[in-house]
Amino acid sequence: MFANFDFDVIRRSLGYLFFDGMTFTLTLTGLASLGGLIFGTLIAMMRLSGFKLLGRIAGLYVDLMRSLPLVLVIFWFYFLVPYIGQWVTGSSRPIHVGAFGSSLVTFTIFEAAYFSEIMRAGIQSISSGQPAAAQALGLTYSQTMRYVVLPQAFRNMLPVLLTQTIVLFQDTSLVYVLSIPDFLGAASKVAQRDGRLVEMYLFAAAIYFLVSCVASFAVRRLQTRIAFVH
Amino acid sequence: MNYHWNWRIFWEPAPSGTGTYLDMLLSGLVLTIETAICAWIIALAVGSVVGVLRTLPSRAASWISFAHVEFFRNMPLLVQLFLWFFVLPEILPHAWGLWLKQIPHAPFYTAAIGIGLFMSARVAEQLRAGIGSLPRGQMLAATALGLTTAQSYRYVLLPMAFRIIMPPLTSEFLSTIKNTSVALTIGLVELTAEARSMQEFSFQVFEAFTAATVLYLLINIVVVTAMRFLERGLAVPGYITGK
Repeated sequence: MFANFDFDVIRRSLGYLFFDGMTFTLTLTGLASLGGLIFGTLIAMMRLSGFKLLGRIAGLYVDLMRSLPLVLVIFWFYFLVPYIGQWVTGSSRPIHVGAFGSSLVTFTIFEAAYFSEIMRAGIQSISSGQPAAAQALGLTYSQTMRYVVLPQAFRNMLPVLLTQTIVLFQDTSLVYVLSIPDFLGAASKVAQRDGRLVEMYLFAAAIYFLVSCVASFAVRRLQTRIAFVH
Repeated sequence: MNYHWNWRIFWEPAPSGTGTYLDMLLSGLVLTIETAICAWIIALAVGSVVGVLRTLPSRAASWISFAHVEFFRNMPLLVQLFLWFFVLPEILPHAWGLWLKQIPHAPFYTAAIGIGLFMSARVAEQLRAGIGSLPRGQMLAATALGLTTAQSYRYVLLPMAFRIIMPPLTSEFLSTIKNTSVALTIGLVELTAEARSMQEFSFQVFEAFTAATVLYLLINIVVVTAMRFLERGLAVPGYITGK
């Protein structure tokens, strides 16, 4: 089975795979989860704000994003982002957005819907005495959120947020459909150039598996440590 | 915006020669639904077995289930489909590999099995949580009545557990439908792929993707509505979802 397995093709492409591919994947994962968390928290606050219209808009946004496949959303934004850029900058032509920028916008906007559901659950898990006490102390709405509710919600939801980030890490492989050299894209380019599909795809699978396994193990450890505080 | 809108494009004949662009999208929709249903059957069947194994007292059974779930959960679906589609025929004995490569509709079968197994890990976790949420007394009472382990699962635990996990299973089914779009990378011409090729043929990007978006939303609404009826009918009285 592994008689004509060419380990050398992996060794030769290690630099490209990790310095180009994995760097792209990890940067995209990190920035998109950060952006997704910020936008997601804002959306969650909109939904819980008590303003009917804001809540409806946020709800529709979340429902829309969650009922579309990520691949379709990636295609949407790949074509849409240049026009959005044109609209924002007021230039006369659709502007050129690179592969990284386009994917970053896509994943931030898409993941915001999922992060917002997590943060909404987190905010709702805070007992109503907390914001009531904060108001009694004379804190404004934004101070209550900033100093009382959000830090606790974030802390309670940290394991879930990190698990979602692991899912995001795996989902970034879908930028393959735009032929962007993320980790999988890089592996696939080498695989097709050298005709070594078996080696490259098995290696990519092993690396994804290893990273996700280690990360989810760490999250489980964190979960038990956080649970102790309560 | 200097984009040229043309909503009548859907009624123009597509260069594929099989009808209009609308027919093209609808045939993609049909394939999406077919693939999703096949994958869901596999996910439910495998996931149920694996989920039950995890709750059995046997160490070995529990370990097999754990390994299954970790294996299918810790790799991107796209990578798993590549493994099934490109790698499996190569590492099998030559004659088997050759046979695999010559199967007609290979992308469809690969997608159904690959997505089915990917989702089976999630179904297994849901079922494990469902069985775990039942009071211990249920299993004890079943044993006290003289039921064997198999009978306890068949008549006591599983009927309850499945009814409790209906809502999360609904969203797993919706994920299965959405995940079929990943199979366009192995050549399955489902809804997203049809929208993409419509865009390539006609250059009407936003019309094509809007149509696909609307169709996905429709599938979601139909599934959610149908499942809500089913959930209401099957809800266990006394539980949150029940009355």
